[in-house]
Amino acid sequence: MSATATPSRTGDPTGDDPPGGRAPVGVRVALRHRLAERGVDRQLLLLVPAALFVLVLFIYPFGYGVGLSFQPTEGGPFATYQEFFTDAYLRDTIWTTLSLSLPAALLNVAASVPIAYRMRGRFRGKRLLTTVLVVPITLGTVLTAQGLLNFLGPTGWFNRTLLAVGLTDDPIRLTNNYWGVFFSIVITGFPFAFLLVLSYLSGIDPTLERAAATLGANWWQRFRRITLPLLAPGLATTFCLTFVLAFSVFPSAVLVGDPAGTTRVISIAAYDAAYVQYDYPMAATIAVLMGLVELLVIAAVLGWRALLYTGSTAGGKG
Amino acid sequence: MSFAQLRLDGVTRSFAGHDALTDLNLTVRSGEFIALLGPSGCGKSTALNCLAGLLPLTRGSIWSDDTRLDTVQAERRGFGMVFQNYALFPHMSVRRNIAFGLQMRRLPRAEIRRRTEEAIRLVRLEEHANKLPGQLSGGQQQRVAIARAVVLEPALVLMDEPLSNLDAKLRLEMRTEIRRLHQSLGLTTVYVTHDQEEALSLADRLVVLREGRVQQIGTPEELHTRPANWHVADFMGYRNLLRLRADDRTGQDEVVVTGHGLRLVGTPVGPVRAGAEVIAGVRPEDLRITGPEEGVPAVVEVVEYQGREVAVEARTADGVQFNLRTQTRPTLGERIGIVVDPVRLLVFPADGTDADGDDRPAGEPAEEPTTGDSR
Repeated sequence: MSATATPSRTGDPTGDDPPGGRAPVGVRVALRHRLAERGVDRQLLLLVPAALFVLVLFIYPFGYGVGLSFQPTEGGPFATYQEFFTDAYLRDTIWTTLSLSLPAALLNVAASVPIAYRMRGRFRGKRLLTTVLVVPITLGTVLTAQGLLNFLGPTGWFNRTLLAVGLTDDPIRLTNNYWGVFFSIVITGFPFAFLLVLSYLSGIDPTLERAAATLGANWWQRFRRITLPLLAPGLATTFCLTFVLAFSVFPSAVLVGDPAGTTRVISIAAYDAAYVQYDYPMAATIAVLMGLVELLVIAAVLGWRALLYTGSTAGGKG
Repeated sequence: MSFAQLRLDGVTRSFAGHDALTDLNLTVRSGEFIALLGPSGCGKSTALNCLAGLLPLTRGSIWSDDTRLDTVQAERRGFGMVFQNYALFPHMSVRRNIAFGLQMRRLPRAEIRRRTEEAIRLVRLEEHANKLPGQLSGGQQQRVAIARAVVLEPALVLMDEPLSNLDAKLRLEMRTEIRRLHQSLGLTTVYVTHDQEEALSLADRLVVLREGRVQQIGTPEELHTRPANWHVADFMGYRNLLRLRADDRTGQDEVVVTGHGLRLVGTPVGPVRAGAEVIAGVRPEDLRITGPEEGVPAVVEVVEYQGREVAVEARTADGVQFNLRTQTRPTLGERIGIVVDPVRLLVFPADGTDADGDDRPAGEPAEEPTTGDSR
């Protein structure tokens, strides 16, 4: 034992880290020590590749886009912004997109809660069920759109069943309009919402609900008074993420929507400006406005979240 | 919803075909403090959760006087429970945590306020009433958990190792506090612990469990002086457990046990047949050190200073290790003699102990290297 301990003990001072107490370099070492205490040391260099990556692939193009939006082909720096808000065809895309993405995100979060709540514990077939619920992530929007067209289209199974049963005389129109896009967003967004809500729920100490039960709370009171308040901050975060995903909807708005009319979402307007009219400043303006609207919604949600209890979800000392 | 007596009748709970708790029969009288005692995995927490209604029974029934209780949901049983991790609602202040149960009962607002304040005073948390549980120390959290359970004046308070997360000093303080509350509020308490000292000091009656089965039910005195079998003895601080053989000359009140170069006289507990394998148990404090010419000769190997007393480990020539407690401090390597009073050396039949295979003292008795290979 002592034979192995001795070399390692003498090995330390001869290692690459010079001992702090040596008089000639005392001041320099002290400075380095002070910096290290604030987290400034050589390991920070490891951040350089990531920082460079963000700078080159995100910040520069982003700044370029913002700059471009203030350089319209004609008029002052705000001309494209003015045009966007005066042209109803452009302006209304904000409302169209919000009216799709807000309810879809809300529905996704709301639908995830009871399912995830039921799936907190361990039971047989949990993995299979989770897989089934999460599979839409892997499918991609286009496959989902095709499925929707086949299923909900005028000659799809859904309408044929309705016609056969006699519930309706004309096929219900559920594709190439608002509802097609709505369903598509819900289907692709649900797995994200579900996985997030499930992980937030699993983080809540299960003994809290059991404690509430021994105090006389029935299942609804346990959910309403204990689980939901602890889950709410997570729901806010989940809502933001699913909302952002839904807000930038493009493929399904074209494939299962009505891209010239009721589902002319803001990303379609940006695409038109850039690749149909070749008005890059206008496209950049729309992109900037898209980001602003998203930021406003997220800020509102996070502002509400800040009012909630966001601390530990454990019941005490583990 | 108070009762004169609560009866557990053959309560059994299995998990995936394995019985975690087997055939628990117990009658709790009103006002009693019962401790369920046993090592981890002995089924004591399972028993408590069954009582609370958090776990359905596999077999058996629970009766509150003449009312069947095991089919009643947890929220309707009206039992208070203190959890091991306290399970305080982290988003509610101390006051709202304590008031929660009263609110669930839809009591008038004024009464809720009065009883909550009373409970806060009872556990001396007046200055902390508006804090969140996360801002409290472990001992304070634990007091909130107790207040939250007792504010409902429950017919039965269940406590699941409530002191296990506290440091030693606080544990002693809270132990007294729990006993004080039990007495002053006239509670009926079922308390789960693995700490025999805690159980002995708190409970009116103890239930010792091992592998889901009751080993012994009795008062602290009964368990302390008369453990029913060597498992209970092991748990009650009989640190010297020796696997020996009963000699032919077995009397009614005394039995001579031999083995490993030892020859001791003890008191039989249970049916000890002549020639049978036995386990002889004695507490460290019931062994006396004398000069090497008397008793069992041994050599002092470890001396631990423990305040008023000294814990000594000594080993005989045949490698049997003894744990002793003395007032005088022997020196290391000193030759001593160990004397044991026959009344204090309890001799248990070793039967059935090997059936469980991996149980500790069966293969390797607690402090006794039978093979002597650890030298």
